[in-house]
Amino acid sequence: MNWPAVLALAAGTYLMRLAGIVLRDRMSVPARVERYIDLGATAMLVALVAVAALTEGGGFAGWARPAGVAVGAFAAWRKVPFVLVVVLAAGTTAGLRFVGVP
Amino acid sequence: MRPTQRTVDRTDLKDALALAAAIGVIGASFGALSTAAGVPVAITMGLSLIVFAGGSQFLVVAVVSAGGSAVAAVLAGLLLNGRHLPFGLAVSGIVADRWPARLLGAHFLIDESVAFARARGSGQRARTAYWLCGALFYVFWNVGTVVGIVAGSAIPDPNAFGVDAAFPAGLLALLLPALAKADARRVGLGAAAVALVATPFLPAGLPVLAGLLGLFVAGRSER
Repeated sequence: MNWPAVLALAAGTYLMRLAGIVLRDRMSVPARVERYIDLGATAMLVALVAVAALTEGGGFAGWARPAGVAVGAFAAWRKVPFVLVVVLAAGTTAGLRFVGVP
Repeated sequence: MRPTQRTVDRTDLKDALALAAAIGVIGASFGALSTAAGVPVAITMGLSLIVFAGGSQFLVVAVVSAGGSAVAAVLAGLLLNGRHLPFGLAVSGIVADRWPARLLGAHFLIDESVAFARARGSGQRARTAYWLCGALFYVFWNVGTVVGIVAGSAIPDPNAFGVDAAFPAGLLALLLPALAKADARRVGLGAAAVALVATPFLPAGLPVLAGLLGLFVAGRSER
């Protein structure tokens, strides 16, 4: 990595962040489109969760991680406090790896 | 509206700190890994300070250390960060109404701050949460990077602590209220399916963007 590359990545990333924020304000968005923008964010976040929970480098991440995420998801569904959800997920995965589950 | 002058909900602070701690740990592993890959300290720090997008930072270091060109690394990083644009559309009203605050707020836009703020609705509490998360995550990410650079190989693999499970679990917990609606649930399931099927075939970043195809099963609005 060199400085021009860092600056290009930083500028491009920042402009994409800012573009979304500014574009929305510039357009008068009908309610239907507004709904799709909102659902679109949910779609990408759920996609992100799925990809992060199950895959690593384009392949399956192994069982320890999805098992931890599943425990966290169950805890969240049972309305366990957020901090505990995160700790339970990490703890489950760490425990499984400790006993040799990949 | 000055976000910093608003009182912060105690639960929000505690929840944000839990995520920030995890972000700090990953930041440390980035600092250590980047330094071990031979990236100069200033560049490693520059990435964390002015790019502030963890996935793309790991990616560019990986591409370059695998012998790829800087241009290829930047393009891969930008592709991975492409989701920030639609995220910006979704949180525009939450971030700020005025100009200087928007310019700063844009830099704080990451997956976690978006998910966290949206879980707090769209009013003042969401705005305060966005700025709280943004500032905390930024500080923890950069302090973590410094720690990683200094401690180097003394930094253990964060996967040993299951930190890689903490992020998806945390994001999912933040998403649950939104997923109470049937149309959001349909879209989410569609998005996850498309992204997972696409992951082995498409470069990092595109599968998540392809998740937008889940909008095709949005159907009618319902409450």
